[in-house]
Amino acid sequence: MVESTVEPILEVSGLVKHYPLTQGILFKKQVGAVKAVDGVDFTLNRGETLGIVGESGCGKSTVAKMLVNLERPTEGSIKFKGEDISKMSGRALKAARRNIQMVFQDPYTSLNPRMTVGDIIGEPYEIHPEVAPKGDRRKRVQDLLDVVGLNPEYINRYPHQFSGGQRQRIGIARGLALRPEVIVADEPVSALDVSVQAQVINLLDRLQDEFDLSYVFIAHDLSIVRHISDRVGVMYLGRIVEIGKDAEIYDHPTHPYTQALLSAVPVPDPDAREHRERIILSGDVPSPTDIPSGCRFRTRCWKAQERCALEVPLLAVPAEFRLVTGPAAHDSACHFAEEKTVVPQEETPEATPDDLADGTE
Amino acid sequence: MLLEVRDLHVEFRTRDGVAKAVNGVNYSVDEGETLAVLGESGSGKSVTAQAVMGILDVPPGKITGGEILFRGKDLLKFKEEERRKVRGAEMAMIFQDALSSLNPVLSVGDQLGEMFIVHRGMSRKDARAKAIELMERVRIPGAAQRVRDYPHQFSGGMRQRIMIAMALALEPALIIADEPTTALDVTVQAQVMDLLAELQRELHMGLILITHDLGVVADVADKIAVMYAGRIVESAPVHDIYKSPAHPYTRGLLDSIPRLDQKGQELYAIKGLPPNLMHIPPGCAFNPRCPMAQDVCRTDEPELYEVDQHRGSACHFWRECLNG
Repeated sequence: MVESTVEPILEVSGLVKHYPLTQGILFKKQVGAVKAVDGVDFTLNRGETLGIVGESGCGKSTVAKMLVNLERPTEGSIKFKGEDISKMSGRALKAARRNIQMVFQDPYTSLNPRMTVGDIIGEPYEIHPEVAPKGDRRKRVQDLLDVVGLNPEYINRYPHQFSGGQRQRIGIARGLALRPEVIVADEPVSALDVSVQAQVINLLDRLQDEFDLSYVFIAHDLSIVRHISDRVGVMYLGRIVEIGKDAEIYDHPTHPYTQALLSAVPVPDPDAREHRERIILSGDVPSPTDIPSGCRFRTRCWKAQERCALEVPLLAVPAEFRLVTGPAAHDSACHFAEEKTVVPQEETPEATPDDLADGTE
Repeated sequence: MLLEVRDLHVEFRTRDGVAKAVNGVNYSVDEGETLAVLGESGSGKSVTAQAVMGILDVPPGKITGGEILFRGKDLLKFKEEERRKVRGAEMAMIFQDALSSLNPVLSVGDQLGEMFIVHRGMSRKDARAKAIELMERVRIPGAAQRVRDYPHQFSGGMRQRIMIAMALALEPALIIADEPTTALDVTVQAQVMDLLAELQRELHMGLILITHDLGVVADVADKIAVMYAGRIVESAPVHDIYKSPAHPYTRGLLDSIPRLDQKGQELYAIKGLPPNLMHIPPGCAFNPRCPMAQDVCRTDEPELYEVDQHRGSACHFWRECLNG
């Protein structure tokens, strides 16, 4: 083992989740499997934010569910501070779950409409009474409401009395209740309006410093992921195809899928319209029941050659970048990895929010 | 002018009171032009479109004022029968969620063909041939085989293509696309937007694109109307608005997009929440959230001031906003 200064809080290796497809009623036999997650490795360091991006069906939410033990992996391990939580059961599992909490995507369906906000945020204490003794709970819940920027007097209100952004704050408060060390946020802002998204992102940022949290932040909005993440992993059909520091992925992507994904994101600048190179992928993502041989991206890749159908590319620093030090030298699962900048470099903005607050020059 | 909406007002009468969804909207689109209507949920952007299409739910909805001029004729004065002839043949709509907009128990071929049977009086056989032709036009692979398939057998991107095919069937002069790519992944979104833009050029249609995505707008629009609380707060050609917004709401939206040089810093966030449409604040509806608000904003509703020949801003302090 190499000694490193930053200690990983979460180590995921060889994570696999297959959902069996069966046929027959009396004698069920397995006829195939939905390979939702098919070999995912990553580490999360303390205090770090790891962003995971990918399109629908790439398995990013299944990874999230396995991290918080809502799903059991078919294979592989999830180590929290060196201990494999995916094989735990009983009391040990219950204790481990305390430390990894989740914030869900849809604040409209993830809060029970018949429970008051106080009950929703306080419910984790019912399951883990050792965290907060009974008499202390109401106070704790009010503190949590205050922390996420809601009025503590709202404790007896119901979810429908809140807006989408406020509900997501309630979801975050519930995630914080047990003082976890890791928070897994699965698309926490995609159901919110643009003007409210920024508020919630800022809140998550502030809470990370305040409570020394590590985040796994899953989203499909690439610009938001970049803003909040220290490192970013790109998933395609159940695997991470490229992973690295945010600047390495966004400014120096070497995997063709990452390049296509980045180039497809509309840029809020009409002047970039003409001189922006766009890679339009043909076709759809293949079905996870029938994953292509070799490289799973080859069916949509413009660089695909014979080798791609035969050999599975490993997630490692590609050979051509191995000897150089630089932003292109990061893990990328492609036989023909090549550096390519697809996102136009931004100029410095003319106005900052501070100018705005003053109203005039 | 192909379509002109003048001072449109729409209300919804509910048990809890009257929600003023649209409060005096003006916009226009010409042939071959793309107007992007930008706004958050509840801003009235979809309700305006529904009123134009004549598919507003009445009741609880009610158009309480204004005109919708299509080629100079006020659609609101049309009888429902005449309106039906316009809808589909002259103007068509593409909805956000293709799966719930398509009929799950009819094959896509039947749904596409229905347009030709109803509007053009074609035979079943000819309509089927037309359906295949349309599916080829929106580049659905193996159209001749897939014409018998049902909506659930298509992927999200393919379903949205079928929606586009359906809207294009009778070659309308105006297409209204309500968040056409919001439910799609980015790589598929790029495919669908490309297709839509290409067909629009080819057929020289007017396009109203309703969206909340500032990126999509920058890619395709000629001009933009920004809506807030049922009103247009800023309207401008696309290049101007991104360079120098003339309304603090537009500026706030643009500033809340994460940018490279702000990494690690707090994002700019518009404070507060969009207003409740039953209790729109007096004066400028944006004033409780506006960093520039003065006393006058709480009392006087700003008109759409003329910034220049092509631009308007409903802000008392548009000059200050324009200068940053």
